[in-house]
Amino acid sequence: MVTTAPTRLVYQRPTTLSDTPNSYCPGCTHGVAHRLVAEVLDEMDVRGRTIGVAPVGCSVFAYNYFDFDFVEAAHGRAPAMATGIKRVLPDRIVFTYQGDGDMASIGMGEIMHAAGRGENITVIFINNAIYGMTGGQMAPTTLPGQKTTSSPTGRDVEVAGFPLHMAELLSNMEGSGYVVRRSLHDPKNIRLAKKAIRTAFEAQVRGLGFSMVELLSSCPTNWGLTPKDALTWIEERMVPVYPLGDYKVSPSLANLRF
Amino acid sequence: MAKELLKGNVAMAEAAIRAGVEAYFGYPITPQTELLEWMAARMPELGRTFLQAESEVAAINMVYGAACTGARVMSSSSSPGVSLMMEGLSYIAGTELPVVLVDVVRGGPGLGNIAPSQGDYYQIVKGGGHGDYFPIVLAPSNVQEAIDLMVLSFDLAEKYRSLVFVMADGNVGQIMEPAELPPFQPLKTQYPDWAVRGAENREKHILSSIYIKPEDEEVTNYRLLERWHEIESNELRYKEYFLDDAEIVVIGFGTAGRVAFSAVRAARAQGIRVGLLRPITLRPFPSAQIAELSKTAKALLVVEMNSGQMLDDVQLAVAGHAPVDFYGRMGGMVPYQDEILAEIVRMAGEDIPLEGDPRRRWAQRVNYGRNGIK
Repeated sequence: MVTTAPTRLVYQRPTTLSDTPNSYCPGCTHGVAHRLVAEVLDEMDVRGRTIGVAPVGCSVFAYNYFDFDFVEAAHGRAPAMATGIKRVLPDRIVFTYQGDGDMASIGMGEIMHAAGRGENITVIFINNAIYGMTGGQMAPTTLPGQKTTSSPTGRDVEVAGFPLHMAELLSNMEGSGYVVRRSLHDPKNIRLAKKAIRTAFEAQVRGLGFSMVELLSSCPTNWGLTPKDALTWIEERMVPVYPLGDYKVSPSLANLRF
Repeated sequence: MAKELLKGNVAMAEAAIRAGVEAYFGYPITPQTELLEWMAARMPELGRTFLQAESEVAAINMVYGAACTGARVMSSSSSPGVSLMMEGLSYIAGTELPVVLVDVVRGGPGLGNIAPSQGDYYQIVKGGGHGDYFPIVLAPSNVQEAIDLMVLSFDLAEKYRSLVFVMADGNVGQIMEPAELPPFQPLKTQYPDWAVRGAENREKHILSSIYIKPEDEEVTNYRLLERWHEIESNELRYKEYFLDDAEIVVIGFGTAGRVAFSAVRAARAQGIRVGLLRPITLRPFPSAQIAELSKTAKALLVVEMNSGQMLDDVQLAVAGHAPVDFYGRMGGMVPYQDEILAEIVRMAGEDIPLEGDPRRRWAQRVNYGRNGIK
C-alpha cells in the first residue's frame, strides 16, 4: 500500500505580491526587498488599507508588482505625495519605496522635511550606490573611487564630494521614530531586514512618526559583477562605508513583539 | 447672505472652504499669502487638512497625492511659485486628477516684484508644464467673480477630471470690496471609483502618469484631447458690454478688463461706438466670438497687463479680418482708465493698418516706455 506524506507548504508568493514578471535584472535585490515588504504587509493583514508610492528609477513600476493601491510619484517627490495621501487618510498605511538617486539626490528636500515633520509614513530606501535605470551613473551614495558612467575614473571626492549617509542624517530629525540601516547581501541580513521593515510599519501604525529602513542592495548589471560577486561587494565595500545598525528607535518600540 | 467687505485672497479661500475643499497645501508667497493664512486658521478648526509645505515643489506634490484619494484639494501661489509647480501640474494632468490651483499673478520675469500682473498668461493658459494637456483657466476681474469662479472651479475639476487654474492678478488678490460668500456645501461622502483609498474588498487601483508604450500614451493623449473638446463645447464663459453696435471692440480680462470697462463707458459718454469683450475662461478662449466680431468691427484693441500674450490668441481668432491694436502695461503696472480711453479715442479717429505687428506698433507708440507714461 502506497501512503503519501501530507503536503506541508513551506514557501509561497505573498498575497500582496502580484504574480507579474518584473523588470529587474537577474541578481538584483529589488526582488528581495519587494518580497520582504509584501511578507510584512501579509503578516500585518493590512492589504485593504495600504497605499504605496512608487518612485522614479528602477522601481518605477513597483505598483505593478504589489497587489494593493499604488500611486506613482514624480522623481524625488514620493514623500510629498505620501504626505498628501496620509494627511487626507490618516488611518491608512502609506509608504514610499525609493532608490538613492530619487531619495538622496533630487528628493533630498522632500525626505528631510517629511522626517522633520514627523510625517507618519514609512520609507523603504534602496541604496545600491548607483543610478540603475539610466544605466549606471554616479549617485549621491556612490563610494569614493567607485567607477560609474558619469565618474568613469572613479568618484573623485575633490570634484564630486562625498557619499551621503541617509540613515545617519534622518536619524537626527526630531520627527523620526524609527530609522535603521540593513543589508540584503545574505540570508541572515535579509531576515534582519524583514524584521526592520515590520518594525517600521508597526511604528507607523502606532503613530510614532517618520520611519525609514535603508537597505544596502546590489546592482550587478551596472556594477559589472556577477550576482554572487555583487553580494560580496555589498559586504566588503559598502558595509564599511554604510555601517548597519539602528540609528533611531523610538522608546515605544523597545518592547515590541511580533 | 449679505455682502461683506472682503479681500480677494481671503474671499477665494473662504469660497473654497464653503465649496467643500478638504485639503490645502501651500507655501507663502506675496501677493497670495493671505489665502494660505486664511486656510491655516480655518481648515483645522473645521477638521480639514492644512499643511504649509517646505516649497511649492513639495506643495503641488502633496496636492497630487491628496487628489489621488478623490478628495477636493487645492493649492495657491504666485508666479515664481507656480513656475516651481509646473512639473507636478504636468503629472497631475497626466494622471487625470481634479485639482484647483489659484495663481495670484505678480510682475516678472524672475523675482520681479509683488505688484499685479498678467504676465503668466502663456505659462498658465498654454500649459507651462511638459507634454500635451489642456487646463481650464478662469480669470476673475473682481472679488465677487473670484468667489463665484472659485466655487465653479471645483465642480469643473471633478466633472472633467481636469486641472483648473484660477488666474487672478495681484489686484484681484489684494483688493477689498463688498461681495457675497456662497452657502456652505456639505463635504463629499462618496469618492470616485478611480480613487486610491485602500483596496479593501476590491482589486487594486493604480494612479500614474506613465504610459511606457507609446501606443498607450497616444490613446491617453486622444482621451485628454476628446475631453478638452467637450470642455470647449460646454464651458466657454465671457462677458459682453456694449457690443451690439460697436465699431471698436476692446478685449481684456481680469483687472485689465475691468479698467477697460471703465474706459469703454467713458468713451461711450463721448459718443464713440465702442464695446468690450471680457473673457472669463482664458481656456477655452472665445475665439469664435472674436472671429464673429471681427467681421463687423472697424478695429479691435487688446488690453493686457503684459507684453501682449492673449494678443496672440486674439490675432489667431481674427485671422486678418480686421485690424488689431494692442495696449499693455508691464512689470506690475496697472493701466489707468485714461490711458485706455486715449487709445480708444485715437483708434476712433484713424485707420488702423490691417498688416503689421500690433505689439511692435504699441511699443513704438509708447517709445518703449520713454514717453513719460504715468
